[in-house]
Amino acid sequence: MLRYLAKRLAYYLVLLVAAVFLAYALASAALDPRAYFEEKHPRPSTAAVDRQLTALGINDRTPVVIRFGHWAEGAVLHGDLGRTIHDTSVNADFGRRIWVSLRLLVVGSLLGMLLGVLAGAWSAVRQYRISDRALTISSFVLLSTPVFLLALFLKNGAIAANQASGHQLINFTGYETPGLTGGLGTHLADWGVHLLLPTLSLSLTGLATYSRYQRGTMLDVLGSDYLRTAEAKGLTRRRALLKHGLRTAVIPMSTLFAYNFLGIFTGAVFTETIFGWHGMGEWFINAIRENDTNSVVAVNLFTAVTVLASGFLADTLHAALDPRVRG
Amino acid sequence: MSVDSPARAGRGRLVLTRLLAAPGVLIGGGTVLLLFLLAFVGPYLTHWSYTDIDYASLRQPPSADHWFGTGGLGQDVYAQTLRGLQKSLIIGLLVALLSTVLAGLVGACAGYFGGWTDRLLIFFVDLMLVFPGFLVITIVSPRLRSAGWLAFVVLLAAFNWMITARVVRSMTISLKEREFVRAAQFMGVRPLRVIWRHVLPNCASYLIVDATIAVGSAVMSETALSYFGFGVKAPDVSLGTLIADGTDTAPTYPWTFYFAAGLLVLFVLAVNLIGDGLRDALDPTADAARRPSRRVRDAARPLPGRRTDSPVPTVDEATA
Repeated sequence: MLRYLAKRLAYYLVLLVAAVFLAYALASAALDPRAYFEEKHPRPSTAAVDRQLTALGINDRTPVVIRFGHWAEGAVLHGDLGRTIHDTSVNADFGRRIWVSLRLLVVGSLLGMLLGVLAGAWSAVRQYRISDRALTISSFVLLSTPVFLLALFLKNGAIAANQASGHQLINFTGYETPGLTGGLGTHLADWGVHLLLPTLSLSLTGLATYSRYQRGTMLDVLGSDYLRTAEAKGLTRRRALLKHGLRTAVIPMSTLFAYNFLGIFTGAVFTETIFGWHGMGEWFINAIRENDTNSVVAVNLFTAVTVLASGFLADTLHAALDPRVRG
Repeated sequence: MSVDSPARAGRGRLVLTRLLAAPGVLIGGGTVLLLFLLAFVGPYLTHWSYTDIDYASLRQPPSADHWFGTGGLGQDVYAQTLRGLQKSLIIGLLVALLSTVLAGLVGACAGYFGGWTDRLLIFFVDLMLVFPGFLVITIVSPRLRSAGWLAFVVLLAAFNWMITARVVRSMTISLKEREFVRAAQFMGVRPLRVIWRHVLPNCASYLIVDATIAVGSAVMSETALSYFGFGVKAPDVSLGTLIADGTDTAPTYPWTFYFAAGLLVLFVLAVNLIGDGLRDALDPTADAARRPSRRVRDAARPLPGRRTDSPVPTVDEATA
């Protein structure tokens, strides 16, 4: 198992390096930081702009390979991701925003997976009953709604609910109430309320995806001989389902998890922007508008690492659950 | 997967029977047809065009004159929504077509030639999967401002084919061992011709279903990107830009938002219903007699709207 995982890890590292280089080259080619400085008032001289761009390491007159070399050297040796276009540290932004995003991503993806697996398994056991059909129809509708639209629907719903109740029932802007005083409990409650809508919009799609799959794999397992054997040997149905059924049915989900994470990240870009979270997604959109190359690359690095990490996690999970791949 | 000729007539009828028996396909197909009619005939039913501005009525609710009401500048929401629907439908169809062709070719070549061709292509596919296409399109889009919406279609297609390609690749690997492909090879048929005549037709049912679902996912990506201003740009409109315009006024002037949003969800839902029904009808492993256990095979099927596979090689591929 370790050898297998080491092989996967090596492959992912090669992918990561190639991906980051491509992102760097692409961002350098597509964005135009020179224009950002030249549009300033009073307009700086070309030499001044050049000096500024070189200091930031994003001068388009230096070949992109050399620029990438400098950037990669700083990133690998000192963990320094360069300077933003406002000459502040990318690391500072990165460090602040990563927690905001991870909070949303981790809670959203895990909640979606957990609820989806449970809902799917439950729906399979109750195949063709009203509850199963209702779940199927709602997951179809959810899968047909883009995440950004789902977030907007939830936001509008919250506005309507707030208006109907006459006071701020559901807070949906930002991740905390600024200047809130009170103990730890008040703060935690405040966090929870703010997390509610963004997490819902992220996890509902995941819930729909996982539940469809889990329902399918679970139905497969329900008709299997070994489950009947387990029951025939005296296990209760519940115990047989949990111990033998669910475990087998969850295995294919582990690969799905890796893939789904990509979708969750894209979704998070939308939800962060819509709900005013100052996370990686919002940073990305702003950085592109400001031609801030280094920040764009930093977000890409973050995505590549999280996607590959979730891929590796899925591999590990798969190897742990399925003895056939360990060899 | 293969269909020998005596069975072909029977299979056609079987597919048709199954299609007609599945209410999803009929409902979905009817809805898509109606939406196309609405998008392309609907604009002729009103004298407002999507660029017209009626200064006399700003943010008016739906009325006899403005069927879907008017926007903040006096735009006719009906004309705008239909124009947006047109754009979104065309983009969805084109992207699905392009990406399916690309996926079929790359996947079949990787699977058929094997060896280094396969390794290189799969590495490329993995590489493209590490980046959400959304990020790359967003980065590139400022540069494409002048190139118009066709460039946007190409970009969307360029990031929508990888997963399908992986599936086609694994299908090709198993098809390669089949007698008819072997026979063609031994008779000296050229590889590309074998792929075209024998491999791709045998992946056709998967590709058809996948293309259907790709229409839905393409429309979803298009609207999402346009919503943030990275896709279709003014003065042109798509459902995404309309939703973006209506977002702020949605609570007070719901007609500026919910017509576009509703049509978007309706269209994607209809397409997904068709895809789901087609999959049931075309699935060669399906046995009409085993109807009650049909759902059992849901496990092996991709989902509506989301295309499935891992962004990274799955275990069997890695160990192979």
